[in-house]
Amino acid sequence: MLNFLFRRLLSTIPVLLIVAVLVFLMLRLTPGDPAAVLAGDAASTEQIAKIRTSLGLDRSIPTQFAIWIGNVVTGDLGESFYYKTKVTTLIGQRLEPTVSLAVLTIGLAVLVAVPLGVMAAWRFGSWLDRGLMGFSVLGFSVPAFVLAYVLIWLFALKLGWLPVQGYKRIADGVGPWLYQLILPSLTLSVIYIALIARVTRASVLETLGEDYIRTARAKGLPELAVLMRHALANAAVPIITVIGIGIALLIGGVVVTESVYAIPGLGRLTVDAVLARDFPTIQGVILLFSFIYVAINLLVDLSYVFFDPRIRY
Amino acid sequence: MKVHRRSLVSLALLAGATLFQTGAMAQNNVLRVVPHSNLAILDPIWTTAYMSRNHGLMIYDTLFGTDENAKIKPQMVESWTESADHRLWTFKLRKGLEFHDGKPVTSEDVIASLKRWGARDAMGNSLMQFVQRMDTPAPDTFRLFLGEACGFVLEALGKPSSNPAFIMPKRVADTDPFKQIDDSTGSGPYIFKKDEFKPGDKAVYLKNTKYVPRNEPPSGTAGGKHVYVDRVEWNLALRDAQAQVNALQKGEVDIIEQLSFDHYESVKGDANLQLPKYSNVGLQYMARFNHLMKPFDNVKVRQAALAAMTQEPFLRAQVGVKELYKSCASMFICGTPFGSTAGSDVQTKSNMKKAQDLLKASGYDGTPIVIMKPTDLGSIQNLPDVAAQLLRQAGFKVDLQAMDWQSLVGRRAKKDGWHMFLTAWGAFDVWNPISNPAMDTRGEKSTWFGWATDEKMVVLRNEFMRATDDPTKKKLADQIHARAFEIATHAPLGEFNSPMAARKNISGFFITNNNIYWNLKKN
Repeated sequence: MLNFLFRRLLSTIPVLLIVAVLVFLMLRLTPGDPAAVLAGDAASTEQIAKIRTSLGLDRSIPTQFAIWIGNVVTGDLGESFYYKTKVTTLIGQRLEPTVSLAVLTIGLAVLVAVPLGVMAAWRFGSWLDRGLMGFSVLGFSVPAFVLAYVLIWLFALKLGWLPVQGYKRIADGVGPWLYQLILPSLTLSVIYIALIARVTRASVLETLGEDYIRTARAKGLPELAVLMRHALANAAVPIITVIGIGIALLIGGVVVTESVYAIPGLGRLTVDAVLARDFPTIQGVILLFSFIYVAINLLVDLSYVFFDPRIRY
Repeated sequence: MKVHRRSLVSLALLAGATLFQTGAMAQNNVLRVVPHSNLAILDPIWTTAYMSRNHGLMIYDTLFGTDENAKIKPQMVESWTESADHRLWTFKLRKGLEFHDGKPVTSEDVIASLKRWGARDAMGNSLMQFVQRMDTPAPDTFRLFLGEACGFVLEALGKPSSNPAFIMPKRVADTDPFKQIDDSTGSGPYIFKKDEFKPGDKAVYLKNTKYVPRNEPPSGTAGGKHVYVDRVEWNLALRDAQAQVNALQKGEVDIIEQLSFDHYESVKGDANLQLPKYSNVGLQYMARFNHLMKPFDNVKVRQAALAAMTQEPFLRAQVGVKELYKSCASMFICGTPFGSTAGSDVQTKSNMKKAQDLLKASGYDGTPIVIMKPTDLGSIQNLPDVAAQLLRQAGFKVDLQAMDWQSLVGRRAKKDGWHMFLTAWGAFDVWNPISNPAMDTRGEKSTWFGWATDEKMVVLRNEFMRATDDPTKKKLADQIHARAFEIATHAPLGEFNSPMAARKNISGFFITNNNIYWNLKKN
């Protein structure tokens, strides 16, 4: 187990290095000049050239890369061209809203989707099953921003129960924090409820046909125990995999929801950085995303041991 | 069971109380503003970005201001004199000026600030070419010694838009003009709360209780800067247009600085909201030619393009709301001191037949015209499509290239690879022949993209800079205007007002021609 963990951690280094090289090169090949962006609309070409020099963009690409990667190794992701702030500070400011949103969304999705999926499998072919399938199609099809506007219109503007936008830090109190995140997490969770419920249904449906389920029922176990202890437990691995992928996708994919609800998270930071050609920030954020993907995959792999004792590393 | 239920009720009440407290906090005397963009750069001299300028207007003061009628009025200056030969200017600062750190504003601070500003701002740079030296005979007095008479000293010192001559403490103003400052100490009506600044999230300004406003009523950037709120918060995260309106309707924000045209009618019909008039002059759309690229190096081809691009189609497509736009023949903005129609017939009295004839006569060889279209900037993104269509109708081959705004910004800085881009300017950036960047016709030495070349115009502009009386200035401005149309430096595409939206409980709006947050009250 420890050997596996060590090997997996070691394998993250080449992954991150490849990501770093690719991101760095792609940014340099993308049209757009950070110096021109910073200088403003009325700046002269001479002023832009001076800013380019001050940012170190007049150096050769290998030199720029060597400086950057040298700093990254020491944990320094550089300074944002745009905000003149350390990239690590910027990420630190934006991490909490995005992680909060992701955790609440996935938490809500799991709490709703797993029981729904199990029920649908248990009552295969019933109105509940068909209803869940219909909801899944709807959940996959409705874009997040459309759903967001509908929910805002209903819960914030018409009923006045919830706020339209904004984010409160958890340090300001759990109540305000949760209050601000109800609508965004509800918006985001719909697609994950659809996804996790469908996977749960399919997986549980498969296990319900197994001999050990028939045996469990034959020996007189209550149906709830059959479903939870035997069917769901044995169907857990694909469900955990989907949830893990969901968390990873959420961290990097919440930009639309963050925009509509004005949540200052990592998604918004990434878009702003791309639009401003803020190379250090883009590089830093993508490295972070890559690390999160790798870490979550590792955690998912490790969790298999707990859900399926047959798996050994 | 009973205990359990009681606990639940208590928990719900506690949660409710906590939530209520959140709402109550928002009711304080805090003005919550949604600015038109994100604030990233805190040095309003280092960049010409309007958001940095607006940040500067909050925390810094200026020697002079520009009132709603484009007249220059004293602001930090109490009195001034000008020698008979117009070469010696003496300024005395008014009493009570103090930086946010409690230190008095002195003439040393002023000189250091003017030097840094003069190294970056185009108009400041022009002024500094006349300045032989500056000195400080007393802590509240400074002098400008000019090599020759200059007719725009006050206009430069009081310019309201990028880059205004903001006065900073000497220790800050001594920073290399090409390095950003990291100290936001000013002497303006608000104090920047740097510890609460979160880029992309929010910027906070506190009322400067020690600020001594002038006695005159506020007008533009001139007059008394009275602050009636304790705190102004810029919501930098709220950038989706629909979400902005939702938040305004719900009362979560007080002002949207730049309401999208699409939401104008819905806000107008909302009894809780208002559309305050804050500008007489608004903004101007503009198409800029690249004078170095064939075929636009040929004046006849540019004239044909100018003739094809009449203003109404652009305004209809981009703004759409009739009451918010107007065609205007003046490159210097209609209704301002240098507003003119001289020479504009080539565009205003044109039609497509005339444009087609001009193009045929120009010897145009069918080279495709590359128009850069920014797809991510809603405020101007329809303009290139209209330009492409009109130019095609006139007989041009057009290559309309879609890209994001920052790609455009990077590409236009290169002298080849494009023929035209379209943009919008605040009126006071283009209202006179010196500040208007498109009027710089020094070819590759020009300070703005497009690099127009015309020696006659350079001479006229130099004469304008030296003119010291208003009738001569006006006459020269007219000549420059006519010449600009003759050589087709660019195409003005009409003027528009960018609407501001606010809740009805906000009062004290006045004509600022800018985004200014003093004099406002929250009831």
